[in-house]
This record gives sequence, structure tokens and C-alpha cells, in this order.
Amino acid sequence: MNATFLIARRELGAYFRSMTGYVIAAAVLIIDGLLFNAFALGGPDKLSAEVLSLFFYFSSGTTIIASVFISMRLLAEERQTGTLVLLTSSPVQDWEIVFGKFLSAFTFLAIMTLATVYMPAMIFVNGKISFGHMAAGYLGLLLLGSATIALGTFGSAIARTQVLAAIFSGCIVVALIVCWLLSKVTERPLSDVFVALALHGKHFPPFQSGTVHLRDVVYYLMVTYVALFAATRVMESRRWK
Amino acid sequence: MIQVKGLTKYYGEHAAIHDLNFEIQRGEVIGFLGLNGAGKTTTLKILGCVLLPTAGEVTVDGIDIARDPHAVRRRIGLLPDTPPLYNEMTVGRYLRFAAELRGVAANDATTAVTEAEEKTALRDKHDELISSLSHGYRQRVGVAQALVHKPKLLILDEPTSGLDPVQIVEMRSMIRALRGEHTILLSSHILSEISQTCDRLLVIQKGEIVAQGSEQDLATQLGGGGTIEVEIAGAAQRAIDVVKTVTGIGTCRVLRDSDGVALVSMEGSPDLRPKVARALVQNGIDLLRIDRGAARLESIFLKLTSKEGPQ
Repeated sequence: MNATFLIARRELGAYFRSMTGYVIAAAVLIIDGLLFNAFALGGPDKLSAEVLSLFFYFSSGTTIIASVFISMRLLAEERQTGTLVLLTSSPVQDWEIVFGKFLSAFTFLAIMTLATVYMPAMIFVNGKISFGHMAAGYLGLLLLGSATIALGTFGSAIARTQVLAAIFSGCIVVALIVCWLLSKVTERPLSDVFVALALHGKHFPPFQSGTVHLRDVVYYLMVTYVALFAATRVMESRRWK
Repeated sequence: MIQVKGLTKYYGEHAAIHDLNFEIQRGEVIGFLGLNGAGKTTTLKILGCVLLPTAGEVTVDGIDIARDPHAVRRRIGLLPDTPPLYNEMTVGRYLRFAAELRGVAANDATTAVTEAEEKTALRDKHDELISSLSHGYRQRVGVAQALVHKPKLLILDEPTSGLDPVQIVEMRSMIRALRGEHTILLSSHILSEISQTCDRLLVIQKGEIVAQGSEQDLATQLGGGGTIEVEIAGAAQRAIDVVKTVTGIGTCRVLRDSDGVALVSMEGSPDLRPKVARALVQNGIDLLRIDRGAARLESIFLKLTSKEGPQ
């Protein structure tokens, strides 16, 4: 576990020492701010809770996109630059490498997400919203981010380059989002399967409106676990190739 | 220290290495010699526990790499053909990361980093960013990360690759200085590097070991009885006529004949040197020097690699 934190700490430092990290963070904060201003605050008068719900809705989109870009470098870049061998030749388990990488990207996303807290804070000061709604919304964003980053880590494990990693994980994420639309046009029991798989349409809206369901929490944690497990298996299989 | 039995690695249908067998004793400096694509890097990656073999058995310090790769990794320092460096880190921070990753306790890491920097002459680069270092220094950082946790076995894959002549000499002396403290396995296709640094050679060709031993052993094996070189005052032809009368001396070649001094090389066991010297002196030829023929590694290597390689 010590190795996991070592890897995560180095990787997190790399985000803050490179332009990429700052560019992604800046882009997310600008887009979040613009969407908040244009759609959540703009338009006809709304209840404070509705404004907050819209904020989380738009933030979930930027979180998904940012997660794909944050995670694309995790393993693919190391493979491209030849640094992965430093980790694979050290007395470190493959899961420790994968989890350390995931943890760094998740921490970076969490810092970036928490930097948006000034927007709900403005609603809190000027309107009437509950802490519980804010906490549930942020929990949802972090769980959604966790699942997407884990999928991105898997994409980064199977791809040779960062661009391919972003494409692979982007495709997986889009496929899981589209499941919600497919559930609308299919019959049961297939539609139930699509609903259960839907990354956003089914599992995020409760968080957005301030409700935490255990099944949604479990869903995001399961996606995270399965994706990281698959990434670890990919790493192990590469030792045979 | 290392025992390799029947080591085989397939990439799909292609056998990168096939049925390798060799042993390395503690404290030896071994040169792993082969052309590009001969299977050197694959073998070193397996020994470094980065890749798993398709078949065969490798033990390091009596530990099987397939059964307990972690224990083996703690005993090994690997410098791959491209040094695994994080450009955004300083040399000191990077070496500390490498040390802690290999199990050096946080309290001991500072000392371990200082020692590694001293061995590789990197002390004054401690706070410099790796991205700002020249190729030579980057290679040194690569060696430093391999030895920062004081491994018993150092595996260096093409450590002088891309270095200029001055840097090559520096790298060579650095590796020589590490002799004794570590068992070193060094791969290269630069023959002079192997010749000047290593105790013993393993020659690999098309995934199989085609010869092993010291440079002199290989020369003897391949050149039959070896060669003798004599330097005489006077005409070369006269000396050739005389030495040919000595039983066991074969074909002679004039290497140099100028300013009244000739250098002649002849096929024959180095043990025949006293007889050759006696024959020359008895025939009134002024003998300036007689020596074992310099077995040129290039010629050994070319002989080995030009053989029909096993498939």
C-alpha cells in the first residue's frame, strides 16, 4: 500500500508540474462557470434548489469529459516514454501501480471539483438551499468522476498512446451513457439491463436533486472496481507479451 | 548468483529467445553480446522480472523469478535501453522516489540517494530538473536509479548507447568502479565496451547462446590454437621462412613492414612462443618483441554471428 501512495504522490506532482493539469483544470472551471451563468442563473426565475440541481447537472458533463482527459496519460504516457519499466521492475504489485495511478487522477479531479464550490456558495448566500443537497451533489460528482477515471485508467492500460487511450475510454463512457437512451427504445428485460448500466441518466439525477440512494453509490463503486480490476489484468497480461 | 535453464520466450509465433542456459557467479561482470534483435533485451527484461518467460527456469540468489518475483526485484537494479526518467522531477527527488519504490525506508532514502549520486558523479546535479540534463547525465541518472537500493545484481542494457566518446570512457570507468560491490550483467553491441569492461562474455545470436567464456577462451575456441605476433628488425619474409620450420606454426601474415621493422602474425598455439623465439634468434634475426596474438573481439564476434544461426 505504501507503494500505491508513493506512485499516487509522484503522479499528482506531475499534474501540478505540467501544463496539461493546469490547462484541464482551467478549461473545466471556465466551462463550469459559463454554463452556471448562462443556464443555471440565466433564463426564467427558478427556485434555489433548481439552480443548484442545474449546476450539478452541467458539472457532471464537464466532470465526465475532464476525467477522460485526466486519465488518458496515466499508463499510456508511461508506456510511450519508457518509464513504466521503473514501476514494473520494482517490488510493486500491478494492482498497486493501477490503484496509485487512479488515486492521483481522482485526487486531482476532487481538487478541481471542490474548486467549483464558490458557485453553490453564491446560491447559499443569496437563496435557500440545504447543505445536504450540496453534499449529495458533490458526492455524486465525485462518484461519477471515480467511475469515469477508472474507465479511463482501463483505456490507458490497453492503449499504446494517450490519444488512443482517450478515444478508447471516451467510447466506453459514451456507450454507458447511451445505455440510458437504449433503455427507452427496448423492451424488458433488456431495457432493465440498459437502465442498470446507464452511467448518467439513471444513477446521477438523484444526487443532482439532493438524494443519495445506496444502489447508485454501489453502482459507481462497482464500475470503479471492475474497471480497475480489468486494468490490473491488462497490466499483468502484458508481462506475458 | 544467476542460473538460467532452458529459458524460452515467444512473441506470438516468433521465438525471441530459445533454450538459453547459462550461469553467472557472484561478483562477475558479464558482457551480453549480440546484434540488434538477437534477444538481449528480452533476456534482460526477463531477468529484471519485467517480462515472464514462456518456458524455462531462472533463479537469482536461489530464488525462482516465477515463484517470488518481488524478492528477486529487491535484489536487482535494471537500467533499460531507454532510461526510465520523469522529466518534470529533479534528480534528487527522482532518485528518492526510485529508492522508496524499491523498499528503502524513508529514513534511509537520503543516505541512499547521496551514495548513488556520489557513485555516478551526480552530486552537483541533485537539484536540477531531469529535462535539463544532457544525454550523458541522463544515462548516469539511469544507472543511479538502478543502484540506489544497493542491489546485488545490476542489469545494464546498452548503458553507453548514444554517448559521445568522452562520455563512453566515463561510463566505462563508472561501471568498473562498481565491480566487486555488485554482480553486473551488461549488454551491448559495442564490442570494445564489452572487451574492456567484462570478465566473461555471453554471445547471443538469433535467440540462442552461441558461445561463452573470456575473450581469450573464445579466441582459442574459434581460432584453433590462437595466434602469435612477432616484431623483428629486418625483412619480414626471412622471419616467415624461419618460423615456418617450427612444428605447429601455420599461415603467416605480414601486419606491418616499414623502416626496417616488420610485424608478423602467425597461426599457432601461444605455447609455441619459446620455440619461435629460439628459432628466430638462432637464425640471426633480431627479435624485438614476441607476444600472444591480440585476439580481436571484432573478429571473434563476426565469426560467431556469421555462422548459420540456429532457428
